[in-house]
Amino acid sequence: MDLKFSNAEPFAEERDAIDRRLGGPGEGGWHGGDRDEQDHRRAHTGHAARSRRHLVMEALHAVNDRVGWISPGALNYIGKRLSVSAADVYSVATFYALFSTNMRPKRVVHVCTDIACMARGSKDLCASLEKRLGPAGAMNGWKHSPCLGVCERAPAALAVEAGDPPHEHLIGPASVEEVALALSAGPAALAAEAPPIMAVPQAGQEGLMLLKRVGQVDPESLDDYLATDGYAGLRRAFEMEPGKVVSEVKDSRLMGRGGAAFPAGIKWESTAKQPATPRYLVCNADESEPGTFKDRAILEGDPFALIESMTIAGYAIGAERGYIYLRGEYPRAFRMLSNAIERARERGFLGANILDTGWSFELEIRRGAGAYICGEETAIFNSIEGYRGEPRSKPPFPFEQGLFNKPTVVNNVETLCNVPLIMQMGAAQYTKIGTEGSTGPKLFCVSGNLVRPGVYEVPFGATLGDVLELAGGVPKGRTLQAVLLGGAAGVFVRADELNIPLTFEGVRANNATLGSGVIMAFDDTVDLSGILLRVARFFRDESCGQCVPCRVGTVRQEEALLRITHNRQDAAAKGRDVQLLRDVGLVMKDSSICGLGQAAWNAVESAIDRLGLLEESR
Amino acid sequence: MTVFGAGGGTSSYNEIEDADLIIFWGSNAREAHPIFFHHALKAIHKGAKVYAVDPRRSKTAEWADSWLGLDVGTDVALAYGVGREIIHAGLVNEEFVANASTGFEDYVAACEPWTLEVTSRETGVPAELIRELAHDYAKAERAQLCWTLGITEHHNGTDNVRALCNLALLTGQIGRWGAGLVPVRGQNNVQGGGDMGAIPKNLPGFQSVENREHREKFERMWGVTMPPKGGLTLSEMMEAMDEGHLTSVYVIGENPVQSDADTTAVARRLQNLDHLVVQDIFLTKTASFADVVLPSTAAWCESEGTFTNSERRVQLVRKALEPPGSAKDDVEIMRLIAERMGYVWPIQTAEQIWDELRALSPAHHGMSYRVLEERGGVQWPFPDENGPESPFLHGRLWEKDPEKRGRLAPFGIIEHRLPVDKLNDEFPLRLTTGRRLTDYNTGVQSGGFNSPIRFGGCVDISPEDMDRLDLNEGEVVRVSSRRGTVLAPARLDPGLRPGLLFMACNFPDDVDVNSLTIEANDPISKTAEFKATAVKVEKTNEPIPEEDVVAETTEREGSELAAAK
Repeated sequence: MDLKFSNAEPFAEERDAIDRRLGGPGEGGWHGGDRDEQDHRRAHTGHAARSRRHLVMEALHAVNDRVGWISPGALNYIGKRLSVSAADVYSVATFYALFSTNMRPKRVVHVCTDIACMARGSKDLCASLEKRLGPAGAMNGWKHSPCLGVCERAPAALAVEAGDPPHEHLIGPASVEEVALALSAGPAALAAEAPPIMAVPQAGQEGLMLLKRVGQVDPESLDDYLATDGYAGLRRAFEMEPGKVVSEVKDSRLMGRGGAAFPAGIKWESTAKQPATPRYLVCNADESEPGTFKDRAILEGDPFALIESMTIAGYAIGAERGYIYLRGEYPRAFRMLSNAIERARERGFLGANILDTGWSFELEIRRGAGAYICGEETAIFNSIEGYRGEPRSKPPFPFEQGLFNKPTVVNNVETLCNVPLIMQMGAAQYTKIGTEGSTGPKLFCVSGNLVRPGVYEVPFGATLGDVLELAGGVPKGRTLQAVLLGGAAGVFVRADELNIPLTFEGVRANNATLGSGVIMAFDDTVDLSGILLRVARFFRDESCGQCVPCRVGTVRQEEALLRITHNRQDAAAKGRDVQLLRDVGLVMKDSSICGLGQAAWNAVESAIDRLGLLEESR
Repeated sequence: MTVFGAGGGTSSYNEIEDADLIIFWGSNAREAHPIFFHHALKAIHKGAKVYAVDPRRSKTAEWADSWLGLDVGTDVALAYGVGREIIHAGLVNEEFVANASTGFEDYVAACEPWTLEVTSRETGVPAELIRELAHDYAKAERAQLCWTLGITEHHNGTDNVRALCNLALLTGQIGRWGAGLVPVRGQNNVQGGGDMGAIPKNLPGFQSVENREHREKFERMWGVTMPPKGGLTLSEMMEAMDEGHLTSVYVIGENPVQSDADTTAVARRLQNLDHLVVQDIFLTKTASFADVVLPSTAAWCESEGTFTNSERRVQLVRKALEPPGSAKDDVEIMRLIAERMGYVWPIQTAEQIWDELRALSPAHHGMSYRVLEERGGVQWPFPDENGPESPFLHGRLWEKDPEKRGRLAPFGIIEHRLPVDKLNDEFPLRLTTGRRLTDYNTGVQSGGFNSPIRFGGCVDISPEDMDRLDLNEGEVVRVSSRRGTVLAPARLDPGLRPGLLFMACNFPDDVDVNSLTIEANDPISKTAEFKATAVKVEKTNEPIPEEDVVAETTEREGSELAAAK
């Protein structure tokens, strides 16, 4: 394809990885095969070739997994295979943090330096690593990383070894020795990853609904799943017309659990009503809000639940294909889900003619590659379609023109996993759980300086204090300084606000947000301004750069915070910077295209106004 | 113009966005017409099917659903094959042919020998692809047939154009929204130049100098009598220089020493002149031969006036900058020359000159500056200030009332004639030329800017020929034609087949491509056959000669600018 800067060819390994993923080599010289005389006179590319554009990310993953980085020759070859310009492939490859277009070693460890890990010693870990391995950087084998979603075992790290197959291993809590071992002997030499049950302190308790199977069944066994009410929801759904399934979900008043809290039933209904087909279902498993790891608990501990939930949702909205967009940093979840899909397909729970109903549904996993923004509901479409994960302007909304510009439902993992419950107990019963405005059970990602961090399931209505108590409170001898509610895009609340009810309406009344269910506690040993700086750096890093308010605003915000930290003494300068923060924050909130920019100032604002952290007069 | 009665593309740019079939025939619009191609991309993203007919698998062809790699100079044969297939498949738009055209019977007879097999043998294109293109074109709701210099830069360029016009007539792919013939213009305002009479036989507004009525109108306005004969075309001037009839030349905004075919001959002719004047915004290679150089203003930012683009849209250009040094507006330079010659012309504003043009050219009559400004440009014909615009031409051909249909469009009966510069054992390779995305024409205006994808002057060679000649990329080779020889680094291009070479015309200072090309001109358009040169390629270990062009021109600059004052 055009816009190519060199005639570089892929390495044999790269070519093999790409051909294996895309099927091939293609026929004839124009598609990566051998050039013959026909190629001198004809070529068929155009729409047919470009229709596989959505495989760009998959091809990049294939190379990156195999070699550890992506050479210019591989970029050219992917472009050739998919009829995309090499410059375009490069633009996609460089958007995602897990891909490298620069040479780097096969083994790399990503060390989390995000807020939950910061509260639990990641700074010390990094300092020791620097001494032992040299400064962070791919060539030294270790890199700083945003939140890896293993906050309950902070500080966390992800060890990766490229190869065929690649080895990926989440370490937590990580030590210098383990990181060094992963680099010297490979991740395979590490002790086994902590089992999924370790993320769920309540595991095995009576009354759990979303987490009832985690740690109690073999997540790789469909029989185990079936023995614990698995697929009862789907069977119940099949007894109804699709429209009735939608109305049940609507009546259940199930609200989205990903952060936006939009009524799921309304999403489903408006999508199902669209005349355009095919319709798509997308599961947002790109759980990357710092401090969020609730979906990981389900994906690793009860993967069949998601498969069943998506099958019901697909049936309800008339989608015959669903995509699970899984964050790239969840290797075990990927293995569990892949296995679950395969097993379900073998036994007739997925694929053609499910349970002899005549209805067919296919599921595909697409892996993200380290871009927080891809959790945004339209950025996820661009990423699945093989583009840079830049959010789209709305309208058109996903229910009108979503994935591949077709009507699409996007739901979070936890949201979907409520659906089998609703099917089994019926909407009326389901609405009895929780409160009037917030129905059902809710997962919270409880992390930071607590005795038993982890994923907790409580019915809507529990207070912040209740949940902190479940997690054992702050360790003995320390006092709670503040709690971050909702993640980096959420807000700080004070230690004296623990009576806030954790319901959508409850937090709203208290000018806070549940976000993705993050509850991160900081005790008095934590430097909150450091945490605030990390939040600002996170947004600056993760801004996709598409719109000016966010691209510029997130940089200005970090700069102002840095200045404030360095000029603690100069009150006048600090006052000016706080005013600047307010101005920039307002602009981001009012005029950014998507939620990233709109929420990038939330935590800073609450730190100023609620905690008095940067108080002008101080 | 012969077919439809007006010299211009028949469609507007945004019509292509609504097309469901686009054929790029002899056009690498992706590189050579990037702005136009962006309009085409909108259609492509909406699902339009694309064919590329080109000897090379160009960057445009990389966007195409199907690429037809014909032999250089077999366009007429291919068009006949397509036409015959349309006729035999019963896909002729019979109503349109009956109502709007003449000469159909003769055309059918001319097509008859061009069976798919014969056409395939003559052009090298697989029969199946010819058939597919024919059927898709005939069946398309709205097809755009676009061409550029791949069609016109041949000794039979006019025949090539007529061959394509025949296909549009046959299928009724003209005169409707989205369906049309689109000769994309190669240069900013090349349409406007022609419209304004910069064609030897034309007065402004496509009015012929040989038509008494037209001529008298201008004579009355200007108070002079005009010779009733058209002027010389560029190639006729070249002949006249050879014969010694033409001894003084005034060149405005052209660089023939690098842009014309057989540049060695051109340079010799200009050097032999008694007097050469060059008026330009750059000190071009041609200007370096001049006795007098007249520095003029950059029309797009230093003077007032209008531009006309390929879709016949006249647009106002505003002066934004004062010209540097002694540079003057083209109009002012001509007025001063007239004054020295003893004619006192009034000093006029651009708008006053435009109004004079409007009084003389019916097609522009309605386009006052006010209207041009309000509408952000207007497409001709626009005779009435309140009148409607014409997004596409020749809608009249679809009128039910024969009166309104006007002059019917004739089918062109033409002969297929191969390129003049024949291949033989000594010159066995076919060289074709064109442009690159990074650069514009002879590079005078674009060479000063950096681009990461600029290759510079080189000769593109197929992988097979690279192997056969035992060449590595970047190795300097000697390319020779019957007229000249150049040294150029070899560059691998899988878009070429064995026997076919490509060179860009954008880097004449590095590699003087046009010292190879042949001055075989089309008898009507007088365009030379830049696209078909017989050459040979030899391996060499010579480095590229470093001609110190910059130093040479700087040295001359002083004296010539002084002469201009």
